[in-house]
Amino acid sequence: MNLKTTAPPEDAPERSSREKSTSLQFSGGLGTMLFKILALAILDATAVFAIFLAIAKDAVLIASIIGVITLLINVIYLKRGWLPAKYLAPGAVFLLIFQVFVIGYTGYIAFTNYGSGHNSDQDDAIMSLLQTNQQRVPDSASYPVTVLDGADGLALLVEREGQQLVGDSDDPLAPIDPAELGKYTQLNFADLLGRQQEVTSLAVPMNEDPTQGTLRTSDGRTAYQYTSTLVYDKGADTMTDSITGTVYSDTGVGAYSAPDGEQLMPGWSINVGFDNFTRAITDSSIRSSLISVTVWTFVFAFLSVATTFFLGLFLAIVFNDLRMKGRKIYRVISILPYAFPAFLGGLVWAGMLNKDFGFVNQVLFNGASIPWLTDPWLAKFSVLWVNLWLGFPYMFLVCTGALQSIPEELSEAAKIDGAKPFQIFRLIKMPLLLVSVAPLLISSFAFNFNNFNIIYMLTEGGPRLEGGAMNVGSTDILISMVYKVAFVGSQRDYGLASAFSIIIFLIVSLIAVISFKQTKALEELN
Amino acid sequence: MSTATSISSKAPKKTFGQWFAATGWRHLIGVALCIYAAFPLLYVLSASLNPNGTLLSSNGFFSTVGFESYEKLFANQQRPFAAWFANTMFIGLTTAAASVLLGALAAYSFSRMRFKGRRFGLVSLLVVQIFPQLLAVVAIFILLTTLGDVYPALGIDNQIALIMVYLGGALGVNTYLMYGFFNTVPIEIDEAAKIDGAGHARIFFTMILRLVAPILAVVGLLSFISTTSDFVIASVVLVSPENQTLAVGLYSYVSEEFTSNWSVFAAGAVLAAIPVMALFLFLQKYIVGGLTAGAGK
Repeated sequence: MNLKTTAPPEDAPERSSREKSTSLQFSGGLGTMLFKILALAILDATAVFAIFLAIAKDAVLIASIIGVITLLINVIYLKRGWLPAKYLAPGAVFLLIFQVFVIGYTGYIAFTNYGSGHNSDQDDAIMSLLQTNQQRVPDSASYPVTVLDGADGLALLVEREGQQLVGDSDDPLAPIDPAELGKYTQLNFADLLGRQQEVTSLAVPMNEDPTQGTLRTSDGRTAYQYTSTLVYDKGADTMTDSITGTVYSDTGVGAYSAPDGEQLMPGWSINVGFDNFTRAITDSSIRSSLISVTVWTFVFAFLSVATTFFLGLFLAIVFNDLRMKGRKIYRVISILPYAFPAFLGGLVWAGMLNKDFGFVNQVLFNGASIPWLTDPWLAKFSVLWVNLWLGFPYMFLVCTGALQSIPEELSEAAKIDGAKPFQIFRLIKMPLLLVSVAPLLISSFAFNFNNFNIIYMLTEGGPRLEGGAMNVGSTDILISMVYKVAFVGSQRDYGLASAFSIIIFLIVSLIAVISFKQTKALEELN
Repeated sequence: MSTATSISSKAPKKTFGQWFAATGWRHLIGVALCIYAAFPLLYVLSASLNPNGTLLSSNGFFSTVGFESYEKLFANQQRPFAAWFANTMFIGLTTAAASVLLGALAAYSFSRMRFKGRRFGLVSLLVVQIFPQLLAVVAIFILLTTLGDVYPALGIDNQIALIMVYLGGALGVNTYLMYGFFNTVPIEIDEAAKIDGAGHARIFFTMILRLVAPILAVVGLLSFISTTSDFVIASVVLVSPENQTLAVGLYSYVSEEFTSNWSVFAAGAVLAAIPVMALFLFLQKYIVGGLTAGAGK
């Protein structure tokens, strides 16, 4: 500090040394510098390409998000300083998109009716309604066609007024350059027979106007013009069935509905407010499933931790005797289930516990048919049993480590004071052990709370709950229920599944808050 | 402790009763434990070596031995086991390597730099890691569907997309584990290097990363194991059989033709488990140490 305020001669060497240090840094970092510029250039080029692609597909939001992220990254790495940001940015980008954003997005989906029949916007729904409900135009001309196989699937080739037109299910008929035709292969008769279903379901739009209908062929040689039996009135936003005359209008439920409540599917996804949450609470069949699943999730997580911990602790005490030989061998063998991938463990045990052919019933129980996985209570027991098998080695290792780190002097001192072995364990070792193991017990609880693999691989959540409208079983935990509601079966309800996810988020946050307080309290004990 | 062992080994011969009361009963428990722990694994091994085995015929323990099931496993065109294996290794190794790098970068900045928002950053990482990514699987699915319309390489049924999703979960879980370990490396080492003229990047890549190698191994391994055993996200993202991972593929084996193809499934299970188990047993010491240290922090 003083140097700066003193005479100029003092200043000169300082400056020269500073110059020296910067030049040193530069020479040392020339390679790094080049690498940085090259990496940024590649990133920017990719980003620009991606933005163009997005704009071409009308995805303005995606384009602008990519633009903003790329700009930020450039600023962070080109600006001097901001060192922490340089180190945090790569991970933060992924974290923000695939963890923070998706959690927020889950919250948004929970307020929509997104799911089977409601998985797109209104324009797509109109398009698809007009394309699916089609009939051959009476007395329309027939078109000789050739079925082609291209990169985007099957396409139709039509010759009209000396011009060759090609179109597929996404792109309407359009003139094609003969040279482009080389990209397609013509389907021969055997192919036509083999892919008959594909051929008959192919509908090529006549042109950009969806009301003009599509070209379809049933034999692969002749095609006819088909138009929709539904007529869309843009001004009134209604669909009219030209045969029955029923008018379907947008009544705000995310689908065109007739006055009698009949809906045209597909619809589109709309914001339904708290509907999913109210349904979960007021609809008695959903509510009873939700309650029983939530209770079981807690019971399962708690009992999993308790059983694995006590078995692990018991084994740790048994094998923590230095006089015993061969402890190492026992330890290695007992770790094997923990090293075995959990999903495989579930699948293997599912085979062993199979009611009719499994090892347990056939060999151990001499051919009895005990419904290990299909009786509600036995299935719960089996899930816990298999989870004990998978999880006790971890607790065994952890407890062994914790026991060995307790100083021997403590128990010796207690022994001199006249304490019995069990007293030493209960009053000295156990409290010390709990202090170091408690955080692990809590994280183990949190892990089992969402232990999807063991449940799904062993029982798939079954046996199914009686009287429930949903596909939910008596060993389902919350996360497997979310998965089943969203992805299993023909009726997929993303909105409801997300609402369940939000409920889990709330429960998990509550547990986390309590556990943070608890662990602090335990640390103070130490 | 060493004195205790030497005394016991030099002790005069005991009667069976004394031996049993001291350590014998422990061996009894040990044998029971080994049967419980190892039996299902031996069962899979025997089932996999049982040619043309159904679930029922697999109950004969090592009664017949043959490798036909393994041949069948690789010959099945609808269920390309070799592709699943390669996919799992590719996804697992890429995710592990990238999460180690991302986590180490973040942990370095939290451990060595003092900046505005540092505490906030640490706390939010702690909060974020409470919520496992699989809770948001619906949103991930819809996000990837939307992205896939624009960029097929980032859409559903693409492995790159799946890896990026996994990397989103990487920072939250790993940074804390690494942060604790980075703090144990004395900061004087950095300062000495700085005085010698090394820049921050050089210090990080050439010095610190070597000093924290054990935790890098632990995080890499944990990330590899959790990625390769993930079913929820992988089953939602990867649709076509040739793109799937072992967890998704082997599940479909069992769920679709459970009892008749049991020995072929068992062969797949054995092959799928071997690399993970070998890695695990090989690095067991580090993993257990890392688990306790990280969670205890």
